[in-house]
Amino acid sequence: MTGSSASGRAGDKVFSGTAMGAGILILLVLFGVAAFLVVQAFPALVAKPADIQGGAGFWAYIAPIVIGTLIAAAIALVIATPVAIGVALFISHYAPRRLASGLGYVIDLLAAIPSVVYGAWGAAFLAPAIAPGYAWLAANLGWIPIFAGPASATGKAILTAAIVLAVMILPIITSLSREIFLQTPKLHEEAALALGATRWEMVRMAVLPFGRPGIISAVMLGLGRALGETMAVALVLSSGALTASLIQSGNQTIAAEIALNFPEASGVQVNTLIAAGLVLFVITLAVNMVARWIITKHKEFSGAN
Amino acid sequence: MSKRIDVKDLNVYYGNFLAVEGVNINIEAKSVTAFIGPSGCGKSTFLRTLNRMHEVIPGAYAKGEVLLDGADIYGAGVDPVTVRSNIGMVFQRPNPFPTMSIRDNVLAGVKLNNKRISKGEADALVEKSLQGANLWNEVKDRLDKPGSGLSGGQQQRLCIARAIAVEPAVLLMDEPCSALDPISTLAVEDLINELKDSYTVVIVTHNMQQAARVSDKTAFFNIAGTGKPGKLIEFAETSTIFNNPSQKATEDYVSGRFG
Repeated sequence: MTGSSASGRAGDKVFSGTAMGAGILILLVLFGVAAFLVVQAFPALVAKPADIQGGAGFWAYIAPIVIGTLIAAAIALVIATPVAIGVALFISHYAPRRLASGLGYVIDLLAAIPSVVYGAWGAAFLAPAIAPGYAWLAANLGWIPIFAGPASATGKAILTAAIVLAVMILPIITSLSREIFLQTPKLHEEAALALGATRWEMVRMAVLPFGRPGIISAVMLGLGRALGETMAVALVLSSGALTASLIQSGNQTIAAEIALNFPEASGVQVNTLIAAGLVLFVITLAVNMVARWIITKHKEFSGAN
Repeated sequence: MSKRIDVKDLNVYYGNFLAVEGVNINIEAKSVTAFIGPSGCGKSTFLRTLNRMHEVIPGAYAKGEVLLDGADIYGAGVDPVTVRSNIGMVFQRPNPFPTMSIRDNVLAGVKLNNKRISKGEADALVEKSLQGANLWNEVKDRLDKPGSGLSGGQQQRLCIARAIAVEPAVLLMDEPCSALDPISTLAVEDLINELKDSYTVVIVTHNMQQAARVSDKTAFFNIAGTGKPGKLIEFAETSTIFNNPSQKATEDYVSGRFG
């Protein structure tokens, strides 16, 4: 009796120690990365404007690619989120069980495709295929600034990159949303059905409100991936100066900029690129904090109580 | 508004499994009918066929007729959604929508029916339904707070308010007090007594005293053994079932010899 409880207590100690160690380790790694970025980025922040690429100082260099990154990620989210939620709902609440598990499996497989393959697909297949569409947009809707011509003849514009990004973040948003939707309490679904809700009304009354925090987390994870995705953008986008048009060549994202220039960089340019990385880090951090804030703001109505 | 229910030769299946066999029962309008019986005897399953809620489970279906004032709810072309908006249901565990306020919970069913109602009408309906569920005085100052912040008994009465807000013909209750403490149970039982003035109430209960207290008529369901279908053994005035049942099994059950 005493022996077993003593060993149980030792087990408790070992477990709590390991758990705490793991927690501290994560904080240390995060802190280490942040410290590295800040220290290495510092020279670029205080360098003479003429020494930075473009010759107009760090902020003039970083601003266009920050905007390019945000545009690409935002378009990707706008495309991917409704599709992902629709697919997740179909799998969790509409499809017959056998089709649902098969489809879920295929969606998960999409996540296993390496990003360089997506990039190659985007550059070799999607871009040429979509180029005529861009030409049409420029000809017919060219008066809208985002579709201003001349359209990229190769199709390697930021919109193509964003579409590739959307396909890449689709699986993560879909599979997380699906898991959340499947956890909707039967009790709440039946409450809606018993009131005379159709299946779609039941989804709106019970499933989506219950899944809201989960959907937000899933979208934020997708956004994180879209912001940081490097290879696909580097392959698909024919980069250049910041432009409002989504169908011209031009624009650039932070991650692709770092990847393309890092191998040949030297001196203060290395620091500049690391500083760009720091900015990306800060953006991602801010996005996650906003997401957390949105989730906690609605805690009272979340059903957790 | 309240309607009678006549069930003819109803068989309920889960896939190939016959869960409830050959039920014939006539439930009067504006009365309280209790279903009693041991666990697994099919009384909840049968209750759920009365508003076609059992069809929610994949593979479940029913054969036979359920006539609501003469109209078969299993007739060709009858939409289960319409049936359910006509026959309200209260569940074993209180299930207010956690993301909605008390007020929105009461209005949930009304909004489903695509009725555009003005704020004044909505306010009046919320008050009337909550009054009808004996909950108004307890929540009138916090209608915008989440329904999940109420006590279990209050949540169950909120669910009753939500069900009666759409003015259904029949109110089905599936063990509505089994998750509640005695005081809350008393509050819900008092409410059932008042509800029968306007609604046909059918209640499933495991608590025989509760059946004796609240119901006008009682139906006893039983099952011959595991894997066998549940059957309606006896249906009569509640006092007859408890004092002078005609079937041996009923007498054994109500006198506590099994179940």
